[in-house]
Amino acid sequence: MTDATIDSLDPAAHAAPAGGGKDLFSKFDALIAERDALLASGVRYPFGMVMEKVLSPTRAIIKGKETILLGTYNYMGMTFDPDVIAAGKKALDEFGAGTTGSRVLNGTYQGHAECEEALKEFYGTRHAMVFSTGYQANLGLMATIAGKQDYVILDADSHASIYDGCFMGDAQLVRFRHNSLEDLEKKLGRLPPEAGKLVVLEGVYSMLGDIAPLKEMVAIAKRYGAMIVVDEAHGMGFFGENGRGVFEEAGVEADVDFVVGTFSKSVGTVGGFIVSNHPKFEVLRLVTRPYVFTASLPPSVVATAATSIRKLMHSGEKRAHLWKNSKRLHKGLTALGFKLATDTPQSAIIAVLLPDQDTTVRMWHTLIEMGLYVNMARPPATPVGTFLLRCSLCADHTDEEVGEILGMFEAAGKVCGVIA
Amino acid sequence: MTDRDETFDKVAELIAPFNKKNAPLTDTTSFAGDLEWDSLVVMDFVANIEDEFDILITMNMQAEIETVGQLVNAIEQLRNEGE
Repeated sequence: MTDATIDSLDPAAHAAPAGGGKDLFSKFDALIAERDALLASGVRYPFGMVMEKVLSPTRAIIKGKETILLGTYNYMGMTFDPDVIAAGKKALDEFGAGTTGSRVLNGTYQGHAECEEALKEFYGTRHAMVFSTGYQANLGLMATIAGKQDYVILDADSHASIYDGCFMGDAQLVRFRHNSLEDLEKKLGRLPPEAGKLVVLEGVYSMLGDIAPLKEMVAIAKRYGAMIVVDEAHGMGFFGENGRGVFEEAGVEADVDFVVGTFSKSVGTVGGFIVSNHPKFEVLRLVTRPYVFTASLPPSVVATAATSIRKLMHSGEKRAHLWKNSKRLHKGLTALGFKLATDTPQSAIIAVLLPDQDTTVRMWHTLIEMGLYVNMARPPATPVGTFLLRCSLCADHTDEEVGEILGMFEAAGKVCGVIA
Repeated sequence: MTDRDETFDKVAELIAPFNKKNAPLTDTTSFAGDLEWDSLVVMDFVANIEDEFDILITMNMQAEIETVGQLVNAIEQLRNEGE
């Protein structure tokens, strides 16, 4: 029973609190009903899948079936790299299973310091700060750096961790239209010139796989005296000569104040970070609540991250193959008649747009039954009204696998009436 | 006609293209309840309001504005601050 872990809407299952109080869960009834209706139609539940075995960065056993993974963000295939695994095992033996403490107390080990050194080398920055997740890195930066009198200017399609960080802080929030230079400039132009401003951008927007026009956006933000943060969660490892991200490829490294990133995509483990050259950056270790009030990453995790980051510095060939995969999948799906979120392959994410939830779920179900896992995404994770199947490629997908993937999309698309 | 009446009329004019159900507009008409707007409509509409009055309405302020009357008051206040 891995597919159905939420109780049904059977009234007998309702547990109202004693004393006649209201069941606080009743606000989720519509969502539970929607999910029950979905399962009643006979499809598998897209948000409760279990990987029984993981064979490689591109293959797993799901419900007993060997399945190609095309929705893991494991862009560079580092999860099973032998050097990475060896470093993790060594740290587990020498430093134990966990730190049981905050970075500012007993939770900074040699491995955390070495991981930050690896990041400084990778990004060529003076400072690096490792968080327990990428979500916490964004949460911490947004909530801490801008105060009540300051303005945070963010893209409307920003990741949930950016929005949540903004809501946790008390800065004035100004949203501009996704990737719109005109709207960004208009909003900045209406702010008090002397006010503190932080412009928040992402290199790759993960839902549609489109990239930001960072060269132009950074120039505008600079003109209005704003500080700039770029989230490179989905750009690290893949863009720029050193794999630093879209901001490196756009040639704006000198003008960006902070880069936020994650270890849970190209790096292949879990964790988050901020790198910066700001002379006062280190003070963030004392004032950032999602850094202070949580346990640090386990020694094995920082050891795998540091090893992986150092290997990513020299991964030109893998990067080239990943680009080749992305271009081929984009071209192949377009030729089959699928509607994609971007006209060109802009990143390692290819998003297939579908008309509604029903079609999207049926396509997802058909693909997983055939042995292909992709992400199903729907509002609120996606921009309003957008239903999509998101594919994220891996440098370890072979040419044969990309061929198989296209074959399965063709068959599923015909079965579900998405393509002719 | 007072300044506030003029602002109300202008706001009503900008609501019209998004008022699919032709809901009557008064100070107490609510954006989420009566007009049933989602966040995408709100973003378009707010951008139009900002352009028309040359003001900026932060998300913090938007969270406090639930009705047409509250929006008109906020616009009046922002314009006075700007002068």
